[in-house]
Amino acid sequence: MIDPHESTARPAQTTDEPANGMMPPPIRRITLDSQPTVALPPSQDAVAIANTGDRSLAAAGRPKRGVAGPERMTISDLSVYYGDNQAVKHVSLPIRQGEVLALIGPSGCGKTTLLRTLNRLTEVTGSARREGLITLDGTDIDSLEVTEHRRRVSMVFQQPNPFPMSVFDNVAYALREQGSKRPKKKVLEPYVVDALQRAGLYDEVASNLDHPALRLSGGQQQRLCIARALAARPEVLLMDEPCSALDPKSTNVIEELIVELRKELAIVIVTHNLQQAYRVGDHVAFMYLGDLVEYGPTDDLFDNPKAARTRDYIGGAFG
Amino acid sequence: MSVPTRPGGAAPPLPPLPLPRSPGGGGRQGRSPKKKRVNESISTWRLTDRIGYVLMWAAGLLLCAIGIGILAYMAFKGLQYLRPQLILSSPTADVDQSSSGGFLDPLLGTILITLIGILIATPIAIFAATWIVEYGRPTWLARLIDSGIEIIAGTPDIVIALFGLVLFQQGIFGWMSFTATDGAVFGRSFLAAGAAMSLIALPMVFAATREGLQSIPLHIREASYALGKTKAATIRRVLLPSVKANISTGAALGMGRIAGDTAIIVVLLGASLTLDPEGNVPGLNVLKGTGGTLTSYVYNNSPAGEGNAPQKAYAAAFVLLLIVLALNFAVDLIARSGAKTGLETSRLGAR
Ligand SMILES: Nc1ncnc2c1ncn2[C@@H]1O[C@H](COP(=O)(O)OP(=O)(O)OP(=O)(O)O)[C@@H](O)[C@H]1O
Ligand SMILES: [Mg+2]
Repeated sequence: MIDPHESTARPAQTTDEPANGMMPPPIRRITLDSQPTVALPPSQDAVAIANTGDRSLAAAGRPKRGVAGPERMTISDLSVYYGDNQAVKHVSLPIRQGEVLALIGPSGCGKTTLLRTLNRLTEVTGSARREGLITLDGTDIDSLEVTEHRRRVSMVFQQPNPFPMSVFDNVAYALREQGSKRPKKKVLEPYVVDALQRAGLYDEVASNLDHPALRLSGGQQQRLCIARALAARPEVLLMDEPCSALDPKSTNVIEELIVELRKELAIVIVTHNLQQAYRVGDHVAFMYLGDLVEYGPTDDLFDNPKAARTRDYIGGAFG
Repeated sequence: MSVPTRPGGAAPPLPPLPLPRSPGGGGRQGRSPKKKRVNESISTWRLTDRIGYVLMWAAGLLLCAIGIGILAYMAFKGLQYLRPQLILSSPTADVDQSSSGGFLDPLLGTILITLIGILIATPIAIFAATWIVEYGRPTWLARLIDSGIEIIAGTPDIVIALFGLVLFQQGIFGWMSFTATDGAVFGRSFLAAGAAMSLIALPMVFAATREGLQSIPLHIREASYALGKTKAATIRRVLLPSVKANISTGAALGMGRIAGDTAIIVVLLGASLTLDPEGNVPGLNVLKGTGGTLTSYVYNNSPAGEGNAPQKAYAAAFVLLLIVLALNFAVDLIARSGAKTGLETSRLGAR
């Protein structure tokens, strides 16, 4: 991502606030209402900039961060095994309303597995076994009815997976009751359109909502899946690399959507794009080979990573 | 933006693999003066590959010739004798071909028996296939069901017919056919023959449905579960609708098989010339009664049978062929329209 402000901002970086030309975004520190499991001491922007020298991310100005709300989900000491292979190792994380938790880490480190566990989808995989406690609003998710739970905690997958039906039906399916065909198309239409609009897909499919979803492009399919997940009105939204198939413009739409949505729901996003983690994440968790290596407020984690592994991993991304 | 790669020198490049260069090939490219694309030439192939290539062509052309031959011969013979009144009038027993009527009853019989058979077979096949693919536990039961259907598929129709006759002559199946005053059950009727026919079509509908369900990737199901849908809702609203084309394909193939079957008609339907209703409840009386179909009509009137009306046999055979061809054509149409959903259908791999 090339930031238009970068070059103009550079001379101004000696000041306390990194000015970025015409519109400096307000910086709001994250207020923590409960200690994160791997809390980091809050760092001052000035310190961060001084430490990291000429860092474009600092110079570019910080994205506006969300205001942390109540803790919706809590993961404590979670381990997931596939047979004998432990894919997630003793991970503890809070997931809060009002902010976005970005999960980063190299391929195969268990990010998808962690997300699927939150949605209780690992139960569908025969070989998977789970240990540890996950709560939703203080209730053990195992004690919730599973379909009810999944409607509250919705998931967008790494690969687009629309149903082999029309664009309209894909979204409508999420809105309807179990197996029922009611309510009718007329009633559902405004909801479907709204979901498609929020996912930034509506303009492309408006002329033909009966178009088969599998005939859409990969990026359009992914946005359809996002629309579908949104239509279910979840309380927690899990997104597994939602933008990996998207062009910069659609990525932008989705990122804006995420930032917008975090007010009303808790979001967990897995991404390989560290810039994206930086832009949308309020907290970042770095995983490595199933371990949670580091967790902390985005700005801290990127400015001042504690663990050497984290530093190595994010080292290539900025500056 | 990437994970720092491990330091270390690149491996030294491998020497080229010492392969004998194929004769021909290569050198030709430079010579062509015009900008013409040089395609792969068969002259560079090995002899066995060349023979195989010729055999592939020959096999295809041979089958094509046989198919067209049958159709052309039947069309020639059939159209020669086919008259509208043949289709519109009932047959009567007469030694003279000119006054033995048409084959309206056998035509209706074919349609009726096909409908009965497929209406029984389709739901059972769908339930069985869905259970096998989506549940299939315990495994031994799934395997048992699989073997059961394989046995049904492999049993000759005459054996199914005999089995059906023994079964439907039992007292508890008395309602299905004519019962004599002494309580003996006749065991032959449209219902009995239709039930036996369903076994002919069932394996085809089952296989098509199962193949369709198996071709739906797991992540489609997971997408549905992730939206908080139950397994039942997923099957009803996502999986079965997307295998509609497979089901129709299997059903159309099965109907073709039923329409063309003779053994069950002879043993379980009576293979009579006309429809002979049984009892006096309209509708049900036809189902309980005996009758014949185009296949039994063709057989009876062929030189091998006793009806002795070979011209009408040809005409009826041609009509039967048209019905079966129409069903096959429907299969192709369904397979193609199935592509609209985006999922490949099993047969002919709609493009
Ligand atoms: N269904 C499965 N059965 C067995 N092992 C699995 C399964 N799914 C994942 N794994 C294993 O679990 C580990 C973590 O996989 P996971 O998909 O969670 O990684 P990831 O962090 O999402 O990687 P990526 O960034 O490439 O998507 C891997 O070692 C993988 O081999
Ligand atoms: Mg993954």
